[in-house]
Amino acid sequence: MAGFNKVVGSYEAAMAGLRDNMTVIAGGFGLCGIPEGLITQIKMMNTKGLTVVSNNCGVDGFGLGILLEEKQIKKMVSSYVGENALFEQQLLNGELEVELTPQGTLAEKMRAGGAGIPAFYTATGFGTPVGEGKETRKFNGRDYILEESITGDFAIVKAYKADRYGNCIYRHTAQNFNPMAATAGKITVLEVEEIVEPGELSPSEIHTPGIYVDRIIVGNFEKRIERKIISSASSNQ
Amino acid sequence: MSLSREQIAMRVAQEFGDGHYINLGIGIPTLAANYVADDIEVMLQSENGLLGMGPYPTEEQVDADMINAGKETVTAATGASIFNSAESFAMIRGGHVDLTVLGAFEVDSNGSIASWMIPGKLIKGMGGAMDLVAGAQNIIVTMTHADKYGNSKLLEQCTLPLTGVNCINKIITNLAVLEVKGGAFHLIERAPGVTVDEIRTKTAGKLVVAENVPEMMF
Repeated sequence: MAGFNKVVGSYEAAMAGLRDNMTVIAGGFGLCGIPEGLITQIKMMNTKGLTVVSNNCGVDGFGLGILLEEKQIKKMVSSYVGENALFEQQLLNGELEVELTPQGTLAEKMRAGGAGIPAFYTATGFGTPVGEGKETRKFNGRDYILEESITGDFAIVKAYKADRYGNCIYRHTAQNFNPMAATAGKITVLEVEEIVEPGELSPSEIHTPGIYVDRIIVGNFEKRIERKIISSASSNQ
Repeated sequence: MSLSREQIAMRVAQEFGDGHYINLGIGIPTLAANYVADDIEVMLQSENGLLGMGPYPTEEQVDADMINAGKETVTAATGASIFNSAESFAMIRGGHVDLTVLGAFEVDSNGSIASWMIPGKLIKGMGGAMDLVAGAQNIIVTMTHADKYGNSKLLEQCTLPLTGVNCINKIITNLAVLEVKGGAFHLIERAPGVTVDEIRTKTAGKLVVAENVPEMMF
């Protein structure tokens, strides 16, 4: 009986059940707070036809960008995809579909999806290409568009520390989309830096309660930095 | 004289009010953080989930888990808080951010803005810009007044796909400061040495000019 021990011993076990044409929701902002090992596992499995929901699509050769190399992604739902030459090439060739979604709408789509809310109204995107073809409604004199929520077959999430129950915390701005992604997967997999003993994390500091989490694996992270900028003031000191 | 990027940023910083929560876009808006007046306190919001953005880190402070919305390494200021993306956009969409400053390709005299897409050329995505222009209390655009071919970016109607409609309050360019209201651009300041005629020539949308238009003060 595994009970509430959700820790798995291999990446194969972590991503077991992922099949072609599934939807995968991934946490992360740029290369910050991405589940590096789980992405590599998807690459190893060579699963095709994936719809990937993530704010960005990594960079060439790192993060979600590696799933473009064997054309595993059919459709990307993102707010910004500007860091990736291979992405642009596949998009222009018609090999990849992209649904550009405002960042806040994307976060709210995941949050709503995980919370059982099928759709919500937002002013974001009204009167722009994002609002085209969507239902609109006026509230208190202002125009809103109806946006549908998102759920995934899998959610892949990067957390800092978790206990075996799946209670976890994120570190600094590596939090970003991860808590929403965690709620929106039929199977949610956490890749963490450290497993801690139950009770070690204070109940009131938990960012994501374990109820959302199905599997946990300890990863090794490169944590590549996209734009390392050093304070010019500090270099003068 | 047309303003430099730094001078535009300095003029932007004059819009910052004491106690304001401010979101600065990538580019010139971000530079404005260097010119916050000494006698006010502001809090910078970075939409990836940081309220209270500090300066860039020293070599020792660099942390891959600590970045801003431009994906640059950053630090947290005293009084900062860190949260998830839904929380971040809740404060933006809920109207809690006092001021947003962002760049644009075009703004029109109804206050609509195009800043994220050039069909056939640029398909990178809107990031958080659509949420910011739909949510902030006050929205200022910084951009050059005309493109490199001399074509005005202040139009009667935007030609590129929109980021938001009827939302821009003020524009700070290399030539002028203009308010957008009542379907027109209202010239309120000009860059030192720049004539009203030059601004008029480079403004394609309806321009309202007061009798005396002061020069910007730095």
